[in-house]
Amino acid sequence: MLFGVLQFPGSCDDLDALRAARRVGDAELIWHRDRDLKGADAIIVPGGFSYGDYLRAGAIARFSEAMESVISFAEQGGLVLGICNGFQVLCEAGLLPGALLPNANRHFTFRQLELEILSAGGPFTRACSLGERLSIPVKHAWGRYYADDRTLRAMDEGGQLVLRYAPGQNFNGSAHDIAGVCNERGNVFGLMPHPEHAVDELIGGSADGLRIFESMRMTVEAVNA
Amino acid sequence: MALQDRRARVRARVLIRPKAGILDPQGAAVERALPALGFANVANVHVGRLVELDVEDAAQLEPMCQKLLANPLVEDYEVQLLDPNS
Repeated sequence: MLFGVLQFPGSCDDLDALRAARRVGDAELIWHRDRDLKGADAIIVPGGFSYGDYLRAGAIARFSEAMESVISFAEQGGLVLGICNGFQVLCEAGLLPGALLPNANRHFTFRQLELEILSAGGPFTRACSLGERLSIPVKHAWGRYYADDRTLRAMDEGGQLVLRYAPGQNFNGSAHDIAGVCNERGNVFGLMPHPEHAVDELIGGSADGLRIFESMRMTVEAVNA
Repeated sequence: MALQDRRARVRARVLIRPKAGILDPQGAAVERALPALGFANVANVHVGRLVELDVEDAAQLEPMCQKLLANPLVEDYEVQLLDPNS
């Protein structure tokens, strides 16, 4: 099982994502100018401030050479995980519905949060159960998930709302407390919280984030078996 | 003047705004700051972006906005062509 972790100028959580992925499999960095995904079984688009977040978060990274390959990879059913800025990049790329807007609380916010699994057993939540809570940190200024009502209804019916902030913890004003969503096919998942920062109880507040990476490994191994 | 500089260029300005009805925390922050400075009776403050550019083909402006300059899902944009002599 090989994870490919993209690296843009301005990425800052790429090495944590690499380290987290290496807890469950092999992982390699992929530079943004590189079209070759190195035969990766799954791609992680990491957090940070790709291209300085100029224009809009993710707007420029979305057109990078590596992302062109990631878009084809996703269209062929490959697993793609976007974390924080990576989530913003996937929305800009049209791989996920909706957009991320400035936090309603007007602050860059960094805190450990409780998240609820709304859709278990999918490619990114195989190791989780429905309604289960994960303790994972968030750190962002642009994390307010927005999609129009019709899109949100369709996503809800299609099981695309994967993760939400636990009651009372939606600090950024996201629609329906949404913290993470997947595409219709279920092979692309984006979330604002940082599972890669919660892989070690000693320094991450919990090791709950590992469940996402573990789920991806299980999914890839089930396909390859 | 070099030949290539004589090709007709259009100066354009693209104004990008948060869509009406979508919460605009930047606008709200400015709206709150103004009365604190003594500017009373300010309402409906919104903060957007301004992109100015020279193009040879003004027909490219619309697809540029759709593809990169704005996110039409959450932003409205307005293209203004400027008089090059002004």
